[in-house]
Amino acid sequence: MALPNHTPLNYRIWHYTYLTFCGLVFFFLIAPLFVILPLSFNAEQYIHFSAKMLALDPEGFSLRWYEDMIYGTKNPWGLATKNSLIIAFFATIGSTVLGTVAALGLSSRHMPYKAAFMALLISPMIVPLIISGTAIFFFMAKVGLAATHTGIVLSHIILGTPFVVITVTATLSGFDHSVTRAAASLGSNPVNTFMKITLPLIMPGVISGALFAFVTSFDEVVVVLFLAGLENTTIPIQMWVGLREQLSPTIMAVATCLIVMSTLILVSAELLRRRSERLRGINH
Amino acid sequence: MSQEQILSSDGIPLEESLKKAERKNKLKAVLLVAPLFLFLLIIYVFPIGDMLFRSVDDRMITKMLPKTFQAMENWDGQDLPDEPVYKAIYEDLKYLKENKTYGKIIARLNYEKSGFSSLIKKTVRKLKKIEEGNYKEQFIKIHKRWGQPEYLVALKNAAPNWSYAKYLKGMDMRFDQDRNIVQVEEDRRIYKILWMRTINVAFWVTLFCFVLAYPISHLLATLPMKYSNLLMICVLLPFWTSLLVRTSSWMVLLQQQGPINDLIVWLGLAADDNRPELMYNVIGTFVAMTQILLPFMVLPLYSVMKTISPSLMRAGKSLGGTPLVSFVKIYFPLTIPGIGAGCLLVFILAIGYYITPALVGGASGSLISNTIAYHMKSSLDWAFASALGTMLLVGVLAIYWVYNKLVGIDNIKLG
Repeated sequence: MALPNHTPLNYRIWHYTYLTFCGLVFFFLIAPLFVILPLSFNAEQYIHFSAKMLALDPEGFSLRWYEDMIYGTKNPWGLATKNSLIIAFFATIGSTVLGTVAALGLSSRHMPYKAAFMALLISPMIVPLIISGTAIFFFMAKVGLAATHTGIVLSHIILGTPFVVITVTATLSGFDHSVTRAAASLGSNPVNTFMKITLPLIMPGVISGALFAFVTSFDEVVVVLFLAGLENTTIPIQMWVGLREQLSPTIMAVATCLIVMSTLILVSAELLRRRSERLRGINH
Repeated sequence: MSQEQILSSDGIPLEESLKKAERKNKLKAVLLVAPLFLFLLIIYVFPIGDMLFRSVDDRMITKMLPKTFQAMENWDGQDLPDEPVYKAIYEDLKYLKENKTYGKIIARLNYEKSGFSSLIKKTVRKLKKIEEGNYKEQFIKIHKRWGQPEYLVALKNAAPNWSYAKYLKGMDMRFDQDRNIVQVEEDRRIYKILWMRTINVAFWVTLFCFVLAYPISHLLATLPMKYSNLLMICVLLPFWTSLLVRTSSWMVLLQQQGPINDLIVWLGLAADDNRPELMYNVIGTFVAMTQILLPFMVLPLYSVMKTISPSLMRAGKSLGGTPLVSFVKIYFPLTIPGIGAGCLLVFILAIGYYITPALVGGASGSLISNTIAYHMKSSLDWAFASALGTMLLVGVLAIYWVYNKLVGIDNIKLG
């Protein structure tokens, strides 16, 4: 953003102050994440930069905390990862199916009390997690699903559906309904029309909703804290427990893996968003 | 002259046929929403209702002392009650002693009036010495408090099945023995402080987020695509990263030997042996929550600013407005919907925040959510946790309602 040559000095100062401020805010947003990366390769047991690390001495770095993460016995990261993936997988499928179907109904112009239903279906995203956790815990304890995978999956489906409903209704808002009518006029039944015409067109929205649902479940700790027993421990639970005791380099190693994962998810979400906009004919 | 009816191809009046089709479509839409709606109703709405119910449910004591309360119904609560009441208390306590379940009522009664704990314990201990007949005299002999009407009044006051005492406790108030609502003693008013701190933190975090997010959203919205996409990563990567990862990075940064303290010492702002405490207090909560919630402010602001045509500012300039005037009169008013959406969203999220305050907040930086968790997991006063949760829920739903009116739920944008 180069300024024209004739810009007066005070505007120039103002402009560069603005850019500097923005730079600082971006730094504030992104820098904390990058503190974790080098510390996870620390050769020492402390969570600060050793003199050797600062001198970029290879001896200051090691992979021992990654080794500890995989082979260590103190924290059951293996079990936690397995549980997290299983729970997130089923929760994602549940939220995506329920959310997509509901979004189809909500986007229909024949839907009565649309706003009220929408407000209710989105509410799990708005209500503080501690309240959802408390309420769901009472319920699961009553029906005997506390400390089971099923109980956690069911509550994560609840927490994930708002994201799917939002992304799919957004995709459907630009949906041209004449294509489904065309399919019907050519003799296709509604299910066939949905599978062959509607679903491929709204796919970007569905997948991006599914990504949100996956991340919500994979990262969720409050509800799991209430519901989980020792058998149901997840990655966030292990991190939570570890962080409450003390900061250990192993946690930094796990955090680094999670950052890599979120980068991959970010890239796929971004690609999907662009594809969806292209399909809906929105151009910048 | 009656208008001729238009018939559809199968001979039914068109109007009727259309209505039928509309009804069918309506039913189809409702059926599509129904599975999620029912699922939510059973696993979410019903449990929240159950939580409300728990917060006012006070039947435990009535169930445990059934004869006592029945006998007390005829007592006016003025002087000491008559023999039948004492006999009923004796029978109830005897039953509880045999089943070893009297521990529960001690806590509950002691909440009604302190002094009940020793009264009940002593009575239960000496229960077997009581002989049939003349219970009143024997009770008073065991403990003189059985002869003081205020204890029996307190017992009678515990009778109703429903009580909003937990809500009063959440507002630092209580019933005195005459069932008047009074404030608790000055040094025990902890919940008012907690509510104020929660609202305070949520307010300032929202304000900080706004101040930080407005300029960068503007920059993102005005820069050419190829630069803004790159910078957008700075907003979206934290947004997609695990909350615990982001909190742990703040724990690394803010710890006593951490980089920020190193910088402060290096700049000479503090001595090396006297490093400031940046974590486990309200500073840590502020800084970490602001960074974590910032993307939720940037995204709505950005999506509104993106729609503002740059030619409007140019028009303002060409009509003689200084950049400041055109900004205040043209640009800023157009961004108000985005400001409303972002601020309400961040405020709603901040007011119920749990994980970050619990990890970096310490005692002075903990919020209402942390107290709810404490009563759920440690003190096991679930009724009180439910009452606090309900109070928080009412506040959040009120803001949600405003949000829905101002912004509209369907306008929430993600990513």
